[in-house]
Amino acid sequence: MTDLIRLARQFIEAIPHARALGMQFEHIGDGRAVISMPYDQRFIGDPATGVIHGGAVSALMDTASGAAVMCHPAAPISTATLDLRIDYFRSATPGQTITARAECYHVTRSVAFVRVTATDDDATRPVAAATGAFTLDRPKGGKE
Amino acid sequence: MKPRPDPVQVVKQRRDAALRSLVSGVPYIAYLGIQFDQRGDELTAILPFDEKLIGNPSLPALHGGVTAAFLEVAAIIELAWANQWDDVETGRLDVSTDVPLMLPKTIDFTVDYLRSGLPRDAYARARINRSGRRYASVHVEAWQDNRARLFAQGTGHFLMPPAPGDPAE
Repeated sequence: MTDLIRLARQFIEAIPHARALGMQFEHIGDGRAVISMPYDQRFIGDPATGVIHGGAVSALMDTASGAAVMCHPAAPISTATLDLRIDYFRSATPGQTITARAECYHVTRSVAFVRVTATDDDATRPVAAATGAFTLDRPKGGKE
Repeated sequence: MKPRPDPVQVVKQRRDAALRSLVSGVPYIAYLGIQFDQRGDELTAILPFDEKLIGNPSLPALHGGVTAAFLEVAAIIELAWANQWDDVETGRLDVSTDVPLMLPKTIDFTVDYLRSGLPRDAYARARINRSGRRYASVHVEAWQDNRARLFAQGTGHFLMPPAPGDPAE
């Protein structure tokens, strides 16, 4: 368990853009990943309201999705986003941390399918949701 | 008789100020380092490479989230730019005194990752396929070294801000 968390931390530390956006792992394992991003004024998209830019929320959801693929029991050695469709439901409340919960719910030999939602403090009303298809590179000689 | 056209310096100053007023107020655009180049009404978004934009250090490749954000920013600014073009050209809109324009809101955005983003500058141009009073549909293409070899493209739907004088939603 502690190994997994250490691994997850290393995963974020190794991604310069995840580090730049201040992303933090909350949970990872078995094809699921939860990553949070504290509010930061540098990521504001609407200066009139202080609301975080949708692009930063996309980056958070993309990272959580990639992490969910990497910790899937299929044990891929690498992954990359093929396609990501993001739906924006409402503005995230300024000042609040945004949390992305991603689930890799299906894999084929070479493709992983992921769904992810982003919430602020009010977890009952999601800020955004996305579905994506990711490449799945399996270790050579591993079971298929 | 037709009035004489404005001197070229006046036209250029007006366009530069209009573009600046759209882009400079958004912290996240500055954080990613996105710039815009204008040739008449054509806009090109530029994302100069920076180490913090990397998502996969072993390749290395741009972060998929950076690519998504870059395309979305290019689409939003193109929409706002096209929306205010006539008012800027006729001088009806004075960005130095008028209240800053409200930007369109993203309803959904789909990104198609065609190849990995290389650790170098990226460019994007958006095409408005449909722009109504309330909704707009925009397609964006992004490339790096060769215009014909896209590394990503995207399509999004946007909610347009109410026109001045229109009742707010």
